[in-house]
Amino acid sequence: AMEDVSAKFVSQKISRTRWRPLPAATLQPPDIFATGSWDNEDNRISIWSAGDLGNAGLNGEYHGEPHLLCDIQHNGDVMDMQFLDQERIVVASSTGTVTIFRHHQNNQTLSANHRWEKAHCHVDADTSCGGAACTGVVCNNPEIVTVGEDGRINLFRADQKDAVRTIDNADSSTLHAVTFLRTTEILTVNSIGQLKTWDFRQQRNEPSQIFSLAGDRVPLHCVDRHPNQQHIVATGGQDGMLSIWDIRQGTMPVSLLNAHEAEMWEVHFHPSDPDHLFTCSEDGSLWHWDTSANVSEKPSFLHQGGRSTAYLSHSTINQSVVSAWLSNDPTKDRMEITNLIPNQTLSVNSLDVLGPCLVYGTDAEAIYVNRQLFA
Amino acid sequence: MDEPDTEPPLVVVPGADSSSRQLCFAWGPAEVLVCETLFGRTGGSRSRCLSRSRCLSRSRCLSRSPCPFRFWGEGRAGAAARALTDSVAGTEDGAPTSSRVFVVRRDQDIYIQTLRKLFNESHGIFMGLQRSEEELAGKSRKAQLVQVSKNYRSVIRACMEDMHQAAVSTRDPALQAQYSTQVSILSAMELIWNLCEILFVEAATAGPLLLRLLDWVRLHVCDVDSMVREVLSSESPSKHKLFWNVVDIFVLQGRMDEARHLLSKEASANPTSVNMYKILDDLMKKMPVPSLSNTQTLTELELKWQHWHEECQRYLQDGTFASNPHMESICKILLGDEDAILEKKELMTTWYHFLVTRLLYSHPTVKPMELRFYAQSSMDLFLGGESSPEPLDLILMAAFEFEMHQVIKECSIVLSNWWFVAHLTDLLDHCKLLQSHNLHFGSNMREFLLLEYASGLFSHHSLWQLGVDYFDHCPEYGRVYLELHIERIPLSTEQKALKVLRICEQRQMHEQVRSICKIMAMKALRNNRLGSALSWSIRAKDAAFATLISDRFLKDYCERGCFSDLDLIDNLGPSMLLSDRLTFLGKYREFHRLYGEKRFPEAARLLLTLMTAHIAPCSFWMTLLTDALPLLEQKEVIFSAEQTYELMRCLEDLTAGNPDKQKFQDDDIETTKVEMLRLALARNLARVIIKEGTVEGS
Repeated sequence: AMEDVSAKFVSQKISRTRWRPLPAATLQPPDIFATGSWDNEDNRISIWSAGDLGNAGLNGEYHGEPHLLCDIQHNGDVMDMQFLDQERIVVASSTGTVTIFRHHQNNQTLSANHRWEKAHCHVDADTSCGGAACTGVVCNNPEIVTVGEDGRINLFRADQKDAVRTIDNADSSTLHAVTFLRTTEILTVNSIGQLKTWDFRQQRNEPSQIFSLAGDRVPLHCVDRHPNQQHIVATGGQDGMLSIWDIRQGTMPVSLLNAHEAEMWEVHFHPSDPDHLFTCSEDGSLWHWDTSANVSEKPSFLHQGGRSTAYLSHSTINQSVVSAWLSNDPTKDRMEITNLIPNQTLSVNSLDVLGPCLVYGTDAEAIYVNRQLFA
Repeated sequence: MDEPDTEPPLVVVPGADSSSRQLCFAWGPAEVLVCETLFGRTGGSRSRCLSRSRCLSRSRCLSRSPCPFRFWGEGRAGAAARALTDSVAGTEDGAPTSSRVFVVRRDQDIYIQTLRKLFNESHGIFMGLQRSEEELAGKSRKAQLVQVSKNYRSVIRACMEDMHQAAVSTRDPALQAQYSTQVSILSAMELIWNLCEILFVEAATAGPLLLRLLDWVRLHVCDVDSMVREVLSSESPSKHKLFWNVVDIFVLQGRMDEARHLLSKEASANPTSVNMYKILDDLMKKMPVPSLSNTQTLTELELKWQHWHEECQRYLQDGTFASNPHMESICKILLGDEDAILEKKELMTTWYHFLVTRLLYSHPTVKPMELRFYAQSSMDLFLGGESSPEPLDLILMAAFEFEMHQVIKECSIVLSNWWFVAHLTDLLDHCKLLQSHNLHFGSNMREFLLLEYASGLFSHHSLWQLGVDYFDHCPEYGRVYLELHIERIPLSTEQKALKVLRICEQRQMHEQVRSICKIMAMKALRNNRLGSALSWSIRAKDAAFATLISDRFLKDYCERGCFSDLDLIDNLGPSMLLSDRLTFLGKYREFHRLYGEKRFPEAARLLLTLMTAHIAPCSFWMTLLTDALPLLEQKEVIFSAEQTYELMRCLEDLTAGNPDKQKFQDDDIETTKVEMLRLALARNLARVIIKEGTVEGS
């Protein structure tokens, strides 16, 4: 379905692409997304419309290419980006600053709404503070958590000037990414192959659990949590390996899946259809991991003896998914894996999925929108 | 292309005052650093600093006067330089005595925002071409190459459209002028490329050649399009004052159906001359044209064409069209009458349109090798000595003459970027058209141009990533260029460093891998990020640096009495084996953990091994022995007699083996420590002898 993909060359290297969240109970597919650039002399945050809905042909195909609605200059590389709500985007900068930008939809402009200067910084011998790259940000409105090269974890609230909580030297190596596990708990991954959980209810500045890759401590670059089954976590590593972890048990990943030939930059479960997972990499590929075929073939709740049938009756699908992702069988055989970008050469730095739509951005300075992911 | 045959263009460096100051400069791979010296203009005229050791490009500096600069390369694409004046060296900013450093870059087009689309999109096509299968047999290989050529052209056109949009939408007249210039440059590039595609890549043969040239003219001569639109959209086109012009344009471009359609409107409005129209219409309809399929031979075509030509001749001679000068002139054009065609000079606008029209009506079966004669005479006739040919004319002429190298050379001189010549030459090389040609320097022309282009990309803040793949496809010097350029990429974040590192690792550039990791490890160390520093040196397998970092950890421990970065040290895994010191660090930490967990016998055994197996550096033995003290003082006897003897030997080795004995005697604390240890060891020995004796006895 390559025809369904529309591309636009945007004259800036794209480090992040994010769909704007949809308002509750909408039936429309997503249309607006944001991008951030890196390694330009002048980096920008841009808001795009994926294509004119009015241009939809009879068969529902779209021909319009993404068009720019508005943009704003951003100081430093955009390292990570997350929508806080419909209007606000939180952006992590290589300068260590974290900024909330507001998208004014009535007149299509962007403005900086709030800024935490040097939220991440190195404290050197002279105790002067040099900015350290903020590598990851995650939001759960109004809470914002950021991590950085300085190994620090910050907890902000969108409406408060100062950090609610700061864990200095939380990690002795670089923290590459962060995501929420539950409302008060977060997951981080670092450059020595560790996955850690942190509980903000605990006052001590220690992780509540440390999980680690066996053997060589390959750095982990991205992390995502299963939207329904919170104990299932996916991470991507420097060697392109996809690891699935069950944080209820053990300290090592449940399965390691060979995927990319270079750094995996992002991993995302599909938010509403978590049988599907998407990963992108420095090697220029974007993989779609599909376990849905497996579900109908092998209703795996049959193997989960001891569970109550009442429980199964209202979450049959999720139970099947659990075993699909956590299966100790050679999982590859039970999964359909597709590379969505043949012949790409430069890195795919970011992707985002929402509803039937996928958006991704590359170092070849192009953004791509696929509006019929499951067609 | 070896000796420069024209004066190099001057490049004025904005802001550099060469009238009052001596300037000095240094060459880099893709840029020149220029700075003002303290010397006055009259002062030491030998202050030219010519550091050329790192000059990668073939450019030679022949500047006699310090400024303005002359760039003199084999091809002088991009000779106009962009000067960046924002880097200021010196302490007194803005003061008249401050000296400034200017960065002068050669490839100015690299910096045009809209062109980045061209660079990125064509990169994909370039990579596809390098991957494409050479094994494909004759015809399908040619079709593949023509498709690649068309893809390149469509990127140029897309870029042109963007640039045009930008020109239309901007309000800044200077910007508008800049965009318009770019549009015309892009349009010229596409014109040349298209002609090269027809003549070299597709190598159209007699017959199809003319059809291709007609398409080429129709695509590129668009100055008259607005006139056509105006007439066609008017209420009654045949009454429009430009009606006949439009008919002529259609005829000159061989667009017979459109011309006949227009004429039919005139005919219906003019019943008196309906017969005349019919005849002309019939002639136009019957005109034989070459076909792309092989159904008719050239001889057949020539025969038919001869017949048709004679018929036209007959009608002209018997005065059929005498009453209507418009129609008479069209008939003359059909007959290939040069004067009649030349009369429509304004409607053709260019000599190459004239050439193609002439071929259409006089030599429809022209062979590729005959083109040069018609081209030359068409240009001479069209320009008529009134104006001299422009660079574009000369390039097209060289193409018609099948002088590929001349085309590339002229383009290198005229165009302000390396993109065009690099990609075109690469394509022609894949068509196996350039193989005989070797340069007196470097490897061959393809590689030389690709190296220049990629070097330009590397001088750009963001586009350097594209350059890597181009270097990869330069078999002779690509590697060396990449090695030199990649070291100059600023590593602003770890993420960027990882990307650069990946490039180096994939190409087994061990030296660069080590250097990048070392830089990053040093940075981390300076920021007190020992964990990060260690993971960088582990990645580079840099044992010496790992030792250095381990020492920092141990030093921190000695000073503070506790370990920092436990999360790292406890999880070293196999990387612990990278350096002896790292192994010691890991093991020593393990000792502390065992001790903390009150697993004293294991802790004691490990502690002793650290010394006896010489894992611990001698400088650390005193600390280790001191660590033994609390174990010796435990209620339970932990060290066996044998172990106690070994501990004693360690202590004696340390105090005796130390040449600087004074140190211990002078230092009260050290002396006390040694005394305490001796006492503790003696007491332990006493206890263990009793204990072991008791155990054996009972």
